[in-house]
Amino acid sequence: MNRTLAVLTENKPGVLTHIAGLISRRSFNIESIAASYTEEPDMTRITIDVTVEDDVQLEQIINQLSKLIYVIKIVNLTDEDSITRELALIKVVADKHNRSELRNVVEIFRAKIIDVNRETVVIELTGHERKIDAFCEVLRDFGIIEIVRTGKIALSRGPLAAKDM
Amino acid sequence: MKMLGSEAIIECLKREGVDLIFGYPGGAVLTLYDAIHKLQLPHILTRHEQGAVHAADGYARATGKTGVCFATSGPGGTNLVTGIANAYMDSVPIVAITGQVSVDLIGKDSFQEADICGITTPITKHNYLVKKPEELTRVLKEAFYIASTGRPGPVVVDVSKDVFNAVIDFEYPEEISLRGYSPVFAGEEESIDQLVEVMKKAKKPLIFVGGGVVLSDTSNELRKLTELTGFPVTTSIMGLGTIPSDDPNCLGMLGMHGTYVANMGAVDCDFLLGIGVRFDDRVTGLVKKFASNAYIAHMDIDKAEVNKNVLVDLKVVGDLKWSLPLLLDKIEKSNPEKYRENVKEWMTQIKEWQQEVPLPQTYPTTDEGILPEKIITEVSNITGGDATLVTDVGQHQMWAAQYSKFIKPRSFFTSGGLGAMGYGLPAAMGAKFGIPQEQVILFTGDGSIMMNCQELSTIADNDLPLKIIVLNNEVLGMVHQWQRMFYGGRYIHSTTKGKTDLVKLAEAMGVTAFRIEKEEELVAGLRKALIEIKGPVLVDIVIPQTANVLPMVPPGSRLDQMILGGKD
Repeated sequence: MNRTLAVLTENKPGVLTHIAGLISRRSFNIESIAASYTEEPDMTRITIDVTVEDDVQLEQIINQLSKLIYVIKIVNLTDEDSITRELALIKVVADKHNRSELRNVVEIFRAKIIDVNRETVVIELTGHERKIDAFCEVLRDFGIIEIVRTGKIALSRGPLAAKDM
Repeated sequence: MKMLGSEAIIECLKREGVDLIFGYPGGAVLTLYDAIHKLQLPHILTRHEQGAVHAADGYARATGKTGVCFATSGPGGTNLVTGIANAYMDSVPIVAITGQVSVDLIGKDSFQEADICGITTPITKHNYLVKKPEELTRVLKEAFYIASTGRPGPVVVDVSKDVFNAVIDFEYPEEISLRGYSPVFAGEEESIDQLVEVMKKAKKPLIFVGGGVVLSDTSNELRKLTELTGFPVTTSIMGLGTIPSDDPNCLGMLGMHGTYVANMGAVDCDFLLGIGVRFDDRVTGLVKKFASNAYIAHMDIDKAEVNKNVLVDLKVVGDLKWSLPLLLDKIEKSNPEKYRENVKEWMTQIKEWQQEVPLPQTYPTTDEGILPEKIITEVSNITGGDATLVTDVGQHQMWAAQYSKFIKPRSFFTSGGLGAMGYGLPAAMGAKFGIPQEQVILFTGDGSIMMNCQELSTIADNDLPLKIIVLNNEVLGMVHQWQRMFYGGRYIHSTTKGKTDLVKLAEAMGVTAFRIEKEEELVAGLRKALIEIKGPVLVDIVIPQTANVLPMVPPGSRLDQMILGGKD
């Protein structure tokens, strides 16, 4: 089962190494990891999407990560009513023959074309990872040249911040 | 007050109560060594950085204080790695200060550069690279705090060379502000109420104690607990000494080379209380079948240890200094007589197991030499248990754990988790420096001692009256045993028989040494080494090659599936 964790850490050098290293050496499976600055300049927020067998394993991951000195707090956003999003940039083959057909598909998925040249376009799509998966599947007919995805980020609904939960 | 970064480090160490450093100088730390001299902090020059870190480990275990070691950049730092990993596995508080190349050379593959923070991240509680002089005092304050609080562990502080030379305005921070680190002391009291309820009903209980009880200095509470309830106690190798060997409720060690009674008890018990343990695979045997019929409760300061290896029914997370007194208090108020009454039948069974297969047994051997159990027992007879024992790793380590008589905690130091050969000699040396008034005895093997034998020089040159007992079978005993048992007796690369003479080696380095080959010389020889000779001594004792450590639970087997051997 998949679980999404919001890991709040101090914004110090080496934090990501400590976290990524711990996850790999304890043989936990991560699907994605995304880190960035937050509303507090000395705090970093890392969204980790993990695959676990059961709640015991999830508890182990949370407890082990919590032991890292720079980790301030971990919130399991799977339990909270939360929103998750991912951003993808996709470069697709598109010449004058199929460009309009491609635009239709882009519109259906509410994606955006952000770069065009004679042979290709670059499309931007934000959404749930499954939506991005589905979009990529359709785009295969046109010919995907390359894809980059940010990995999942998540935020709880409601007025509370993760640090106050 | 204005001073150099290097002087600030020494000043910080003094404020932290450090009275002895183990280390080895080199290019990147020369300014630091200059400051040691200027500010007069005692320092022991080991003969290898690994010796320094193991010595700091032994010193920390012996004194309960944080051990400190210094090493230079690059190879200095990498030579610390085994010792840091060892301290991490056994939760020993150490602050290792290493030099790093200057800031402008970091990342350039400079001479003697190694990313020691990167290398030690998986084996430290925390580490720091100090590149800015203004961070130095805060980092050191935090390093000592992190190393010694909560579940202790090693912290590495890697200091760039230019920071040693920078002039700083010294101010030692009073407060620590670490948002992500607040070691737990008190946990949830309800969990202890629940524990009492379960203990009341237990008919076949077993208390399993580990190094956490040593670290938290709660062996008195443990003794009180077993006295009140009558519950039997077994320990991990790290928990030896927390309960006296001659206590009727002491079952000895659990696990791969545990006692028959402890292993049978762990399989059959209906309630198992783990106190300050981490359920290592050497203790549990086949983990699925470990205490599989029992209600398992786990008391530990580290919540990540709960449900890591063994799934438990009840967790009591908190400092044992908090939980054990509270537990005792609640038991005292709940008619403790009843507990003893409940376990009467179980204790009869325990006594039967004890008589069925007792220690010591006599090992069947096919060659000459003094039996190892005889050596360990005679040493205990001389000391009466009033000694600090240190071991290396291998057969001698297990024999020392099985046959030594223990009367007090903090009296057995061994590389429990990492199993690092070469730990013994420097660790025993560090311990002896920490507790010079105590008798410190090292049990080692002819394999292990060679891994750090250079420290014989340090011991001799400091006239350190350490007693070194080598159980010499001219083979890597534990490897030999496994090859004998599981590899068809094919002894591949496991013999040390050759031209080396350990007595001459020790003498060459300045340590008095002699050999004991006959059993009738044993007691007199040991008395000579332990009592008559006042300085450091190495005794090389010839033991049989074919002696096995028994009982033995083969790897991957249930604890009651022991190979027993014994008298035929």
